[in-house]
This record gives sequence, C-alpha cells and structure tokens, in this order.
Amino acid sequence: MPKVLRADNMNKCLGCFTCMLTCAAVNHNNHNLAKSSIKVKTRGGLQSKFAATICVACKEPACAEACPTNALVKRPGGGVKLIEEKCIACEKCVSACIVGSIHMDYDRKIPIVCRHCGACVRMCPHNCLSMEEVSE
Amino acid sequence: MIGKDFIRVLYIDLTNKKADIQERKDLYKYLGGVGVAAKLLEENMKKGVNPLHERQPIIISIGPLSTIFPVVTKAVATFISPHTGEYGESHAGGRLAMAIRNAGYDAIVITGKAQKPTYLVITDKNIEFKDARAMWGLDIEETGRVIREREPGPGKRSIIRIGRAGENLVTYSCVNVDTYRHFGRLGIGAVFGSKNLKAMMIMGEEDLPIANLKEYFKTYQEIYKKVTQTDAMAKYHELGTPMNIKVLNSISSLPTKNLLQSTFEHADDISGETFAEKNLVRKVSCVGCPIGCIHIGQFRREFDKGFEYESISVSYDHELIYALGSLLGIKTTDEVLQIIEEVELAGLDAISTGVVLAWATEALKKGLISREDTLANLEFGNTMEYIKAIDNIADRINEFYYTIGKGLKEAVKKYGGEEFALLYGGNEMAGYHTGYAFALGQTVGARHSHLDNAGYSYDQSAKELKDEEIIDYVINEEKERAILTSLCICLFARKVYDRPTILKALNAIGINWNDQDLTKLANDIFFTKLKIKKELGYSLENYKFPKRIFETPTMWGNMDEERLNRLLKMYIERVEKEYEDWSRGK
Repeated sequence: MPKVLRADNMNKCLGCFTCMLTCAAVNHNNHNLAKSSIKVKTRGGLQSKFAATICVACKEPACAEACPTNALVKRPGGGVKLIEEKCIACEKCVSACIVGSIHMDYDRKIPIVCRHCGACVRMCPHNCLSMEEVSE
Repeated sequence: MIGKDFIRVLYIDLTNKKADIQERKDLYKYLGGVGVAAKLLEENMKKGVNPLHERQPIIISIGPLSTIFPVVTKAVATFISPHTGEYGESHAGGRLAMAIRNAGYDAIVITGKAQKPTYLVITDKNIEFKDARAMWGLDIEETGRVIREREPGPGKRSIIRIGRAGENLVTYSCVNVDTYRHFGRLGIGAVFGSKNLKAMMIMGEEDLPIANLKEYFKTYQEIYKKVTQTDAMAKYHELGTPMNIKVLNSISSLPTKNLLQSTFEHADDISGETFAEKNLVRKVSCVGCPIGCIHIGQFRREFDKGFEYESISVSYDHELIYALGSLLGIKTTDEVLQIIEEVELAGLDAISTGVVLAWATEALKKGLISREDTLANLEFGNTMEYIKAIDNIADRINEFYYTIGKGLKEAVKKYGGEEFALLYGGNEMAGYHTGYAFALGQTVGARHSHLDNAGYSYDQSAKELKDEEIIDYVINEEKERAILTSLCICLFARKVYDRPTILKALNAIGINWNDQDLTKLANDIFFTKLKIKKELGYSLENYKFPKRIFETPTMWGNMDEERLNRLLKMYIERVEKEYEDWSRGK
C-alpha cells in the first residue's frame, strides 16, 4: 500500500527544522532549507504554536490539473510526481495548490514537490510527523 | 563558504548606507565563529577610542558546520565591550545562524552610525537600510512584532533587536535574538544603540549545493543518533539547566542574597523541578538542534479584580533563576518569571542586572545609597520593587540609575561597597560559588564568562583541589572551547563533539583538517584574543577579588584569599610565557 505524509502531532514540535534540513539535503542535494518541500513555521512569532505546511496528498490534485505540460502526474495514494524534463517553470501549480505546499526552486527552475519519501519523518525527534498507509 | 576555501564577509557601513562583500581566503584558517570574529575584530577595532564610538565595529559570524550538522546552532558576536572596555564576545542560538547561512554569508561586519534610528534587512538578494524611528522606545516584543508584520519570510528569517536599555546605552544591555535567545553579556545592545541600529532582519534562499551527499548525510545521521539516542544531552531536554539549582544548593554553592549565603532556604521552591511542575508549558529548539533545551515557563497575572488574568510566557534557565531568583531572595517561580519578563522586555543582560540589584539592595541597607537614589524599596524577596528598579535601569531615570547603568564596576567607584560587589574581571558573576577554579576561571576567561573554561565544573568534579591541576584545567578547557566556538557548536553538545567527531564532520564537507590543525587553531584563537585584550589595556596585575567571595562558604568551605591570589599569579605567569612563545612563533 502506498504511504503519504501526515503532520498530525505538531503540538509536539520543537521548531528544530531538522525535517526541512533533511528534505533539502536528501531530495534536493542542498543545505538551504528553502529547498525543502515540508515547511515549518510559527503561526505568528515564536510564542505561538508551530505549524507544518505539507503536501496533503490530494486524490484529485489541482496542481496537476493546472499544469499545461503534464509535468505533474498523479501519484498512487495521492499527491503528484514531477517529471522535470516536461516542466517549463510556468508556476501555475504554485497558485493552484491552495494549502501552499508547492513553491519554486528558482535556481533549478522547477517547483519543489513533496515525494512522500518519509525522510523528514525519520529525522523528526519528537514524532510530530508520520507516514500513513492509504489505498491507491 | 561551504565547499569553498574562503570566508564570505559582508561589510555594512551605516553612516554611508553602503555595503561591500569580500571573499577572504586569508581568514579560512580560522574556520569561523570565534576564530573569524576575533580576527575581524582585531582588524576593525580602533584602539584608544570609546567602545560606543561609531567607528567601533560589530562582528557577527557563523562556522562551516553551522546549521548543517546537529546542534551547531550558535552565532558569535564580537565587539569592544562598553561594559569592561576590552574584548567583547557573546554567543546566541535561535535562527540567526541559519539565516546568515541561507543569505550566503559567513560573517558580517557593521561599522558607522545611522543618521536616524534604522533597521537593517539583509537577504541573499539585497541589503536595505530602513526607517526605525517609530520603533525607537519600543520593547523587544513589540519591535519583533512590527518587523514580523512588515517583512516577508516566516520560518526562514531571524529578527534581532534591542530594547530601551540598548537605546539608552546601558553597558549590560543585550541584543534579543528571535524572542527567546540573546547576545546577552558585555553590552552589545549598547553598541547597537550607539549606532542607531534598532534591529536586523536576515534571511535568504542562497543555493548551497552539497558536494558529497553520501558522505555528508552518513556523518549527519551518526551525530544525530548520538544526540538523540544517547544520554549525552538528555539533561538539557528534561529539566534543563535549572536542574542546577537543587544540586548547587545541596553543596553550598548557590549564590543567594548577594552571596551573603551559598544556600537558599527557598531553593526547592524555585528549583528546576518546581518550574517543570508548575510553569513549564513547552520546549523549543534553535534551528538544527533536535534537543529542545529552551524551556518556556508561563505564569498568570491578575490585572484586575473579578478573575481578570493575563498569561505570560518567558524562557528560563539556571543563570536567570540564580541572578533574578536566589541572588535577590525571590521565593516563588511565578515571581522569578515576572522579573525575567521585565528584564527581557527592557533588553538587559539577566546576570548583570540581578547582580547589580543584589549589590544595590545591600548598599541601600548599609546606607551607601538612599531611597531617593533607588526610588524603590529594594529588599531581598521584594519582587515588585525589583521590577520598578529594572525599568529605572533601562530608562536611566536619575543619577543613581545612570551610574549603575554603567555596571557594578562604575557603581562602586562612586558609591563604595566594593567588598560585596560580585565582580570577576569587571563582569558580574555567574551562578556558581563552587570554589577556586570557578573564581579564577571567570576572572581570567577571555570574556570573563563562566563558559570560557567552566571552572565550576572542575570544582564540582575534582576529588581534591590541586593548584597546578586548576591552572592546567582552566587553560586547556578554554583552548578546547575555542575549537567548539570557532565552529559555533553549542557548548551543551561538547560531549557529542569530541575531536574525532569534529574532524569527521569537517572532513565530510571537504575540510581536510587533522588533530594538529585543531590544536594550532585553539592556540591561535586563545592568544589572538589575549593580544586584542592587551592592545585595549587589559591587565590582571594588582587585581583584587571581592571580599565577599571569601566570607561565604563554597562546596570546599571558605576560600582562602591568599591561595586564590597565588593561583592568579601562577596563571598569569604560565599564560604570559606561552604568549611570548606564541608571539615569537608567528
């Protein structure tokens, strides 16, 4: 069964950003956490709670529908896969994703899209994140 | 820069609103952090010029491992301290190191003075000098909020700022870093104030490609495992540093009521355990640290009758509970948190503020100063009066507060009471009264901090105090810590980052250093700092320890003044000889 990323325990988050550093390193070969597809931030100042913006693994992904070149294709279990060669960096997927999960990597001229690989989950020290088995 | 052989320095000139970037290959051998910051201070400082003169620099630097390895979280600041008049160095966690890294810099040098209150916005794409006139006078929290709402980048940015104390040039004012962290000691807040620099916001999306992902990530995971799955750092996540309160109290080493006592009858009421049970609401981390040592405590305050409460969250640590708790005779955790909050909002260094107020309490009782001076009824345990006094310090409201705004050293010059002024090397004492190694260590440390060499740790772990051993420990530990702080590794992770681990991490990102290189670095940093201090007129000849420290027992009983003086002499002789050898070898 395919798995998708969930962030159901963000009340436990320490704000260490290890998930982002790991995602940026493992998936984008980069030390800058701006390259991460999971985005942790506060709800307004450090005195508020932490929140994670993640790909919610839509079964009917609006980002893929908005893509004019079929560079985003449906992924089993939800969400999308990026076919880099087809991407023309039009950024339509960015505005189509209403949860704000997709943003551009302007260095490589591609959108940063979650692969639901689970690397962030493995490096979360407080078990805020998890991988959930879902049907295709 | 990661994977390159230079240090990328951003120079900012506030007077002319100009910036310059230099790639400095010659600084690469100092790695980063304290090494690079000390060197840049040496280059940019102006001898014989007031520390608050616009020509004096502020340096902030990070290291090659910053953010990209676990618990490498600190940014280092150097400056000429308006508090001691000599070498100023302070370290802060939070998000600053990440933000500087992502903006694409290794170090920032700020000189000049803005014509009007200004805040800086530094990103990988721009440097902006923005109007902060409306923020002048705002506290730390409001200043943070205004910038958060005006500037983009939540989650990726760092906002550092000063409060009223920094604006008013109190020599122990701090720079607040991302709400819960600080460049605390030695008055960098006043240096910001003297430059009309209210705040800085830093962020960036600089491309930082990884040269050898396999090697890097393997090493990363090994260190991550050591941090999270061994007990090397467990205590920092659990009770945190406040666990020291009970421990120090049980061994007669907890400075209490201006060190009239070294045990506190209410120690249990303000212990780490009590804070955890009564007030702890969450723990947070600096970026890149899976530990979560920042303990946030909450208290509620009744602002009106009829069950009208506000709730306030502040971070607490051992040093704060000591300086704003036991040293002032404060009996409850709620009251300690209230005093911490006041110190936070004003932008003061917590340790110096507490020690100055403890001295003032005794000076008032002894008649050296009067109620007309203090405008508050300072007496041990009286929280509300201390809160008034803290505001008065930040505002420098009258001649007395103006004077104590220059620190305890200046206060005793004017009002006396030197014998009970808890000063080591011109800086207010940290929260340990453990014995000779602490007393010597804080006096001789490069920045007169207990963290320079952790003498308190020797006192607590030694089976017997031996003079030669104390000298060895204080010197060697400070040198080893120069390696950790040049890499900006949090000192809480010192057990994780032993030398082999440090070398492994460096090698994994292509810095092929060996053990001898680290030894040389440690020596170079140790003596570069001493050189800077000497150039600024620092000397320990004729140094006098405060009488009070000999009157109150430590865990080893009462210290003997003669013995401590002898230790100081031994230290000076040893270091001077080594310094001469080092100077000749250059």
